[in-house]
Order: sequence, then C-alpha cells, then structure tokens
Amino acid sequence: MTGQEIVFVPLGVVAVGAALLVVTTKQMVHAALWLVVTLGALAGMYLVLTAEFVAWVQVLIYVGAVVVLLLFGIMLTRAPIGRSADLDSGNRWIALAVAVATAALLVTVVVQGFRTAYVPLKPGGGSAEAMGAGVFRTWVLPFEVLSVLLLAALIGAIVLSRSDIGPGPDPGSDTGPGSGGGSRRKGDG
Amino acid sequence: MGSELAEITVKILLVLGAFALLPLLVGQAEHKVMAHMQGRLGPMYAGGFHGWAQLVADGVKFAQKEDVVPRAADRRIFMIAPGVALVPYLVVLAVIPVGPGHVVLNLGIGLFFALAVMGIGVIGAIMAGWASANKYSLIGGMRVAAQLMSYELPMVFAASSVAMAAGTLSLSGIVDEWRWWWLPWQLVGGVVFFVAGLAELRRPPFDMPVADSEIIFGPYTEYGGLRFALFLLAEYAGIVVLCALTTVLFLGGWNGPFMSDDLGWLWTLIKVFALAFVVIWLRVAYPRLREDQLQKLAWGFLVPLALAQLALTGVVKVMIST
Repeated sequence: MTGQEIVFVPLGVVAVGAALLVVTTKQMVHAALWLVVTLGALAGMYLVLTAEFVAWVQVLIYVGAVVVLLLFGIMLTRAPIGRSADLDSGNRWIALAVAVATAALLVTVVVQGFRTAYVPLKPGGGSAEAMGAGVFRTWVLPFEVLSVLLLAALIGAIVLSRSDIGPGPDPGSDTGPGSGGGSRRKGDG
Repeated sequence: MGSELAEITVKILLVLGAFALLPLLVGQAEHKVMAHMQGRLGPMYAGGFHGWAQLVADGVKFAQKEDVVPRAADRRIFMIAPGVALVPYLVVLAVIPVGPGHVVLNLGIGLFFALAVMGIGVIGAIMAGWASANKYSLIGGMRVAAQLMSYELPMVFAASSVAMAAGTLSLSGIVDEWRWWWLPWQLVGGVVFFVAGLAELRRPPFDMPVADSEIIFGPYTEYGGLRFALFLLAEYAGIVVLCALTTVLFLGGWNGPFMSDDLGWLWTLIKVFALAFVVIWLRVAYPRLREDQLQKLAWGFLVPLALAQLALTGVVKVMIST
C-alpha cells in the first residue's frame, strides 16, 4: 500500500461513519454537525487524490455555506437540545434498501468499468490551472448548460418566494399564509 | 533533511508565537485607542507603564474562573465550540506570507484555502449559540449564520478580483505581481473585502449577533472563564487574519516605497497594524447596524460593487494584455 492509500482509507471510513451518524442520530442539530465531518473527510479525500482546488471549494461551499444554511434553517424552525423521539421515519427500512441497492450498483459499475485501470496521480493534476483549462477548454459546453440550469433555478426561487410579482392572487380569494408580504404591498400601493 | 525539519519547526514556532502575541497586541491597542478616542485613559495600572499588562491580568483572571456548563446545554458541543471558532484562524495564519519567501505553507491556491478555512470558524459561533440552551444565544447564533451567508459572497467576489488581476491564486504570487497602480484599480474591491470581512468577524458596526443591549452577548452569553477567553481570542485573531489578508491582497504585502526586501516583513506588520487601527476606529465611530440594514448593505451595495469591480478588473486585464 502506498502512503496515499494509507491516508485515503481512514478518511473514507470517517466519511462513511459520519454519514451513517447523520441519518441515525436522534438529535437534529448533531446530524447537521456530523454532516460537517462527512464533508470535511470528503474534502480530505479530494486532497489525497491531488484535487486541491475541488477540495477547498468543497470546504468553502459545503462546509462554509450549505451546512451553515442548514443549521440556520434548523434553528429557525425547531432545534431542541437532546433526543427527539419523532426523528425516525416510517420509511427507514425502505430507505435503507434503496441506499444499499444504490451503493451496490455504483460499486459494481465502478469495479466493472475500471477494474484494472489505474490513473497515476501527479502533483498539480488538480490545481486551479488544470481545472480551469479542463472546464473552459474541453468541457465548456456542459459548464455553460449547467450555468443556465442554475440561473433557471435561481429565477424560479425568486418567483416562488415573491408573491407581489406574476399574475398574483385573486383579490377576493384566500391568499394563504405565504402571501402576507404581497397583500401588505398591495395595501401600500 | 535535518535542516529542513529544523526550518519547519522554527516556522511553526514563529506562527504559534505570532498567534499568541499579535491578537494580544491588537486587544491592548483596542483598550488604549478606544479610551483615547473617547477622552478616557483606559487601563493604567496593570504592569506599571500605561497598563501594558492588562490583558495578561485578564488572562490570569479568566484562567482562575470556574468552568461552568449550563445544565440544559448540550455538553459536548458546548465544550468544543470555542476550539472550532479559534483553530481555523491559526491554520490560516500559516499560509499568509509576511515577506518574500517568508511563509510557512506556500500553497498554490492559498487564497481559496484562506477563505474556505475562515468560513469554518463561523460554525463555532453557531454551535455555541445552539448548544447553550439559551434563547438569546440561539437568536445570536441565527444572526451569525444569516450574516455569514450574506457577506461570504461579496468577500469571495472581491478576493477573486485580485486573483484575476494577478493571474494566480497563490498569496505570495499575488504580492509578487502587485504594482502600486493596483491601489486605485482594486480600491473598490479592497473596501468591499475589508467591510465584508469585518461583518464575518462580527466586529462593530456589524455586531448585531452579539448586540449586548438586546441579546446580552449572543452566542457567548453562557460562556465564562477560559472558554469565553478563547472566543475573545478568536475575535482578535480574526482581526489579525483579516488585516493580514487585506494587506496581502490589496495593499501589496511586503512591497513598500523604501527599505529593501529583507525588511519586507516590517512593511507587512506596519500595514496590518494600520488596518487593525482602522478596525478599532470603526468600532468607536459607528453605531450598530440593524439586521435589515446589515442585509441591505450586503446585497444592495457590496455585491453590486464587487461585481462592478470584477467587470473593471476583467476589462483592464484584457486591455493590458493586448
């Protein structure tokens, strides 16, 4: 085993173990914090694979922003300290079956597809230069398509969260709890 | 091999020394500068000469206090939160170059590393806010999260503007490429970066998460003794890191109008402390921003300004290279 493999395996164990804790812990905020450990271990694995840029983007976006957003959402709604009895879903055995099946499928595909193919890792292979050249020279079309998809999602989110644009609710009908801002703005106008 | 090991050891010791000393210097400067700006004297007795040992005395006091964990708190999270808040700044300090070649860890993507790791420190404050089992702490933790999410974006934009201008993500590389005319060119980006950084550190006037008149001390309300001291240390270490990053990215790091490159680290220190003075000055000069004003400043001013800076950087960069 090379040094890289020796570091890689414990990181993988940490990532999987923390991921299991995310779904099995009885405390909601702990689940979000275990997710930090999972994503951090994943970033460590990227580092071992010389993908430095992806690793630090992973930390910046997922640990620094997505988990903070998750924590914010949990704290805004309900963040009890201690165990919650109702965190287990009735679907958990089905979910387990689906997860195991997905994992088995992915592992099979990877093993079948890349059985003897080894990629020699060279330092700098995942640096910002290499990434930039790859994304903007070879893969520029998928990249642009993805950016359009993200833009569409962004606009969709804005439309969904603002009730004062678009056709708007019928003035006579019950506008529901989500449109308080809209009706107030109508009153202002 | 042996000399390499010795060099690394010395560098790590230097970083640890800087980490122990610089935040204390900033803290003491804050005591005295604030006092004089408000027509007071500040600490005058501890240590004799102008109260220079006040923070040492504070530290001794903190260390003597009882370590209290509220009964309803989540003990483990409550206890590790100060560490999560403090350690990232120590790690970031290791990648900041103080002089030509004077850096502990010269990473090719040092800029990204610094921004990513700085973001982790905020999770410490959120953890503290939640685990304290105190409604004021919880509100403070939520405000911390909201503030981070809105100010992270302009900060990263402003930093990427410099990276675009220099054509590298390496912090040493950026300083190498820096020329004096970058000052006006990157001025807007520099201001955005500094302001957004202040907000991320929750320094006044962006101290809504710890607003003492409303929510006591936000996420840190239930903390006392050494753990509280660690949070304070994290704040001052954060000031040092932010000022050092601003120096490296926007003020030319070790470049200066005179003195040779051997004394470049002196320029870095001078600039860092000048910026730290501004941080203290802002605390004295401006009242606390309200939560809606905070969000408006981030999304209504800083993000558009940062985007405009990015566009300007791109245009000038293309004009130079043709």
